[in-house]
Amino acid sequence: MTFPDTAPNAVQPPEAIRIDSLHKWYGDFHALRDINLTVREGERVVVCGPSGSGKSTMIRCINRLERHEQGRIFVEGHELTDNTKDITAIRREVGMVFQQFNLFPHLTVLQNLTLAPLRAKKMPKRDAESLAMQYLERVKIPDQAGKYPTQLSGGQQQRVAIARSLCMKPRIMLFDEPTSALDPEMIAEVLEVMIDLAREGMTMICVTHEMGFARTVADTMVFMDNGEIVESAAPGNFFEAPKSDRTKLFLSQILSH
Amino acid sequence: MNDIQKPQSQQSVIANIAMFALLVLGCVWIVLRGEAGLGYNWQWYRVPDFFYRVIDGEVIWGPLIFGLIVTLEITSISLILTVILGLVVALLRLSDSLSGRWLARGYLEAIRNTPLLVQLYLFYFVLSPIFGLDRYWTAVLTLAIFEGAFAAEIFRAGILAVPKGQWEASASLGLSRFDCYRDVVLPQAIRLILPPLTGQGISLIKHSSIVSVIAVFDLFTEARNLVSDTFMSFEVYFTVGAMYLALIIPLSILVSVIEHRMRAK
Ligand SMILES: Nc1ncnc2c1ncn2[C@@H]1O[C@H](COP(=O)(O)OP(=O)(O)O)[C@@H](O)[C@H]1O
Ligand SMILES: [Mg+2]
Repeated sequence: MTFPDTAPNAVQPPEAIRIDSLHKWYGDFHALRDINLTVREGERVVVCGPSGSGKSTMIRCINRLERHEQGRIFVEGHELTDNTKDITAIRREVGMVFQQFNLFPHLTVLQNLTLAPLRAKKMPKRDAESLAMQYLERVKIPDQAGKYPTQLSGGQQQRVAIARSLCMKPRIMLFDEPTSALDPEMIAEVLEVMIDLAREGMTMICVTHEMGFARTVADTMVFMDNGEIVESAAPGNFFEAPKSDRTKLFLSQILSH
Repeated sequence: MNDIQKPQSQQSVIANIAMFALLVLGCVWIVLRGEAGLGYNWQWYRVPDFFYRVIDGEVIWGPLIFGLIVTLEITSISLILTVILGLVVALLRLSDSLSGRWLARGYLEAIRNTPLLVQLYLFYFVLSPIFGLDRYWTAVLTLAIFEGAFAAEIFRAGILAVPKGQWEASASLGLSRFDCYRDVVLPQAIRLILPPLTGQGISLIKHSSIVSVIAVFDLFTEARNLVSDTFMSFEVYFTVGAMYLALIIPLSILVSVIEHRMRAK
C-alpha cells in the first residue's frame, strides 16, 4: 500500500477533487476552517473525526449540497460555482450515499435505480432496467427488484442506495457514514460492497468510523476536528504514529470500542 | 396508536342520536312557528316543476337544473385553474428567484386579506372591461384566483413535508429541479395535499354562489329569481340548500376516507 506522495518521481494520476482554502459558515458558526484536500483518481480517502467536526459538511460541499463561502473546489477540473447547469453536470459524475439511505419510498427498488438514468441521461427504459439489474446483481439483491424500500432490511436498503448511485456511472463516490444507521449484523454486507468498489479502482471519499474497513481500503486517512483537517496521512502512519495529540486521543477512544 | 380512537360506548351513541333528534325537532318547530306567524302558504307541490316538466311527452328542464349545471361548470373549471395556480404559486414561493418569491407573497397576502365579494366586484367592474371578459369568465377567474391562494399554501405545506433527504438524494443523482419535483417530491406530497385540497374544492362550491351578485345564472341566481317570481322563499331555499348539501356531502365523505386511509398507512 504505497501512497503516491511518498514515492518521489512517480507519475501521479490526475486530480479528481481539489479543495483549496475552503471556509464555510452556518450563520456565525465557522463550520469549515481552511480545508485543503486533493484526491487523485482511484484514490480512497477515509475521513474520520468526532461528531460535529464538519465531516459531512465537507463532503457535501463537494457536490454542492452545501454552498461554500470562501475558497475553491474543483471536481474533475471543473470549478464549483453558482451555475446550476454545471452543478447538475458535476453531480452526475459524483455519487453520494447517505447515512439514512434516502431511497424514494414511493418507487420500487428497480424504479429507484432507473429514475436518474431515464431522466438525467435520457436512457431508453429497457437499457436503464438492464443496467439496474446488473448493479443489483453486484450488490447481491437482484431478487428484491420489485419490492418497495420499506420492505427491505437496513443493510439491503443501503446496498440499493449504493447501486442507485452507481447506475449513473459516477467517477467519484462520496459516502457519509453509510453504516452508522445499521444494525451491527448488517454492517459487513454494506462494507463488502464498498470494498469491492474500492478494488475496482473507484475514487472514493468515505466518512466512517469503521477502522477495519479504513485499514483495508484507505490510501489516505483524514482526521477532522472542530472544522479543520488536523491530520492527513497514509493509514500505516496514521494508525501507528499519529502526529497530533487530538488524533491520538480520538483513535484511542474509537479503537478501544 | 390504536387506542387513541376508542369505539364510542353504546350509551354515548344513544345520547348523541337523541341530541341530534332534539336539535332537528327544534329547528322544525322554529320554522313552523315562523311560518305560522307569517301565515305562510306552503306550495311544495310546485317545486318539482322547477326541476323539469313534461309537456307533450317531452321533458323540459327547469331553472334549478340549468342553475345546477352552471354551478358545476363554474366550480369544475375554477377547480382546475385553482390547482394549476396553487401549484405554480407554491413552486414560485419555494423557488430561488427573489422576484418570483415576492410576486407569490404579494398575491397571497392581497387575496387572503381582502373579502371575496370585493375581489369579485373589482374584477367585474375594473378588470373585466379591460381584458374584455364576460360575466361568466370573470366569475370563473375570480373564484380560481381566490381559492388558488389557499391551494398554494396547501401545496407548499405538502411539499415542505417531504423529508430533506429526498431532495438531497435527487440532487446528488443529478436530477434537475423539474424532475425532482415531478418524480420524487410531488408524488410523495400529493398524499398530504389531497385531503385539504378536496376541502378547498368544497369551499369553492360554496363560494361559487357569490357569483349571483354579478348575475351569472348559477344555482343560487336561479333560486333568487324563482323566489322573486313565486314568493316561495322557504321551499326554494330549502331545496337549493339540499342541492348544495348533496353536492358537498360526498366530497366531505371522500376527504374523511382519504384521511382515514392515510392514517392507516
Ligand atoms: N444546516 C446547518 N445549520 C447550522 N449548523 C449546521 C448545519 N449543518 C451542520 N451544522 C453544524 O456544523 C457542524 C458540523 O456538522 P457536520 O458536518 O454535520 O459534522 P459531522 O458530520 O462531522 O458530524 C456541527 O456543529 C453542526 O451543528
Ligand atoms: Mg455527519
